[in-house]
Amino acid sequence: MIEIDDVSRLYDGRAVVDQVTLTIQPRTVCVIVGTSGSGKTTLLRMINKLVNPSSGSLRIDGEDIAGIPAYELRRRIGYAIQGHGLFPHRTVAQNIATVPGLLGWDRAKTRARVDELLELFQLDPASFRDRLPHQLSGGEQQRVGVARALAAKPNILLMDEPYGALDPVIRAKAQADLLSIQRKLGTTIVLVTHDMEEAIHLGDTIAVMAHGKLLQSAPPAEIIARPANDFIADLVGSSERPFRLLSLSRVGDHIEPGTASGAPIATTASLRDAYAELLWSARTALPVTRDGEIVGQVTLAALARLAARPQ
Amino acid sequence: MSLAAPAIDRPRPTWLALDKLGVLVAVAAGIGIALPFALFRANRIVPGEAMGLFAALPLHLALLLVATLIGGFAAALLRWPAHLKLAVGLVVVGMLFVLAGLSASHLTPDGDSFARVSPGAGFWVLAFAFALLVTDALTRLALRPWQRVAMLLAVAAAMALLLWSGLWNDLSMLREYANRAQSFWSEAQTHLGLAFGSVAIATLVGVPLGMVCYKFAALRASVLNLLNIVQTIPSIALFGLLIAPLAWVAAHVPGAKAIGISGIGATPALVALFAYSLLPIVANTVVGLVGVSPAAIDAARGMGMTRWQRLLSVELPLAFPVILTGIRIVLVQNIGLTTIAALVGGGGFGVFVFQGIGQTAMDLVLLGAVPTVALAFAAAVVLDALVDMTARGTRT
Repeated sequence: MIEIDDVSRLYDGRAVVDQVTLTIQPRTVCVIVGTSGSGKTTLLRMINKLVNPSSGSLRIDGEDIAGIPAYELRRRIGYAIQGHGLFPHRTVAQNIATVPGLLGWDRAKTRARVDELLELFQLDPASFRDRLPHQLSGGEQQRVGVARALAAKPNILLMDEPYGALDPVIRAKAQADLLSIQRKLGTTIVLVTHDMEEAIHLGDTIAVMAHGKLLQSAPPAEIIARPANDFIADLVGSSERPFRLLSLSRVGDHIEPGTASGAPIATTASLRDAYAELLWSARTALPVTRDGEIVGQVTLAALARLAARPQ
Repeated sequence: MSLAAPAIDRPRPTWLALDKLGVLVAVAAGIGIALPFALFRANRIVPGEAMGLFAALPLHLALLLVATLIGGFAAALLRWPAHLKLAVGLVVVGMLFVLAGLSASHLTPDGDSFARVSPGAGFWVLAFAFALLVTDALTRLALRPWQRVAMLLAVAAAMALLLWSGLWNDLSMLREYANRAQSFWSEAQTHLGLAFGSVAIATLVGVPLGMVCYKFAALRASVLNLLNIVQTIPSIALFGLLIAPLAWVAAHVPGAKAIGISGIGATPALVALFAYSLLPIVANTVVGLVGVSPAAIDAARGMGMTRWQRLLSVELPLAFPVILTGIRIVLVQNIGLTTIAALVGGGGFGVFVFQGIGQTAMDLVLLGAVPTVALAFAAAVVLDALVDMTARGTRT
């Protein structure tokens, strides 16, 4: 658990982070959203002491981080940034082995961990281990960057706009991979982005910041349904609200009995995907498949109810 | 013409097309043929008598050279593949070197130890023109660093073989060498000691100084400006200016004399060379460190590297190719500059240059100048290769 308690950071007397209090539950994804200059990155960087608070305190699992040497704390916390920040003169394996090296892991353990991570990120160890960062595509560099952040099995992973430099297709894939890895490892992730779409997709909790202040911290459905002020409503986008609400649920959770005709949709697809498919194929219901077997249908009428503002 | 339109007139076959740089080479070589190939003098200080190609060489060798040069013209002018140009260029240059020695043997009357034969303007222009062809071909081949070093070693070996074979023994430069063989090698040692020693000391001082300037931006401007001023002092003046203070140090600081500090000799030379070396090394260290990607540094911090770990395993390795480039500049510069050390009694190849100027014996000047140029060139090739090898991943 990360407890941010009444934390401020002043630069030249101006508060970049202004009295923020936020608790991040273990094993969840917390996305900090805000426009540039909102203080979101500064808040993130206070968690691993890249920035020290001017006032207030931060605790990790109950322990005040002010008492932990910065380098020691950082080795326990994964850190991935936009533009990946890979060391250009080191191979993929050497990059991933950075923190294990700092912690003094032995060679065999490090090597096994590097291969394990490469496989987790669907990069063939034999062909990627010895490549240099400039020999990788943007998406591969980004995956290596996250693999490096996870190398020493940290409980917490901090990510600063990790997908900012990726094109939309690769970004969607990277986001899906991150979620499945997070579920597998149970890592607590704090991710900073300016993209509300990304926040809704990834976050268990969304913390919205502006001008150094934390405006609202809530699950995505609540941010969409009950934005605390107009600024947040704008970020969500009024014309996008129903679709964003639909994107939060899976087809599998809203199956109705019945048999529809035409191409089926998988239970793992989001309701937004199902809605788009219904409109595009001009049907009123889609058959739903789980593991190739038809298990029911999802209807336009049900989706319309689900997309409406929650009462 | 639109991009899609096919070219209407057929281009000439590529092997027949003209090469632009080749035209320059050919013009230079044409002038070179017209100029005297060798200079004959009855003794080492009288003005020389110019000898044309056919006067300087026995007929069959002159014809052989002309035939080779025709091949050289073709290789220069036509767009042949680079490796073919390289091969022809090397054959022509090699032939010129061998024939220069043979012309000396041909022109020197038997048993005359006063006569001097040296390569004439024609030889130098021809050698320069085809050396240009060779370097151009090498550039186009884009050899890997180790291939370039291997090439250098091969050329050095060929040169050593030529000298060892005695083919050049009748050339005036080698005659001057024969009279001074012993001092030649001891001056060579001094020369290398001064050039490499000053660069080594400058590296040991300059790199840490550059690191300090990088960490403390306030210091940067003043240190670099100071070194800039040192750089602008004319070299002869700096060598001379150091005599008085160093003589004072030798006389007044206990122990200074014992470790070899004196007003003239190697000390002022070493100090001056060191002073000239600092700016490029410090400046390149700063530039190299400033150029390290901020994302890499942020990642290094964020993963828990201490300040020293960051410096040693991220910042310095990434800046290293740039720092090495600074060392390369300084090494090549100092190998040349060390010749001036002879003025203050520091020794080195400059001894022959200044003796030669004093005696108007140009061959003696060459005995000092040619090894200096060759050393500087070799140092440049080796260090350029090292820079390329260490720059893996840092440049694309």
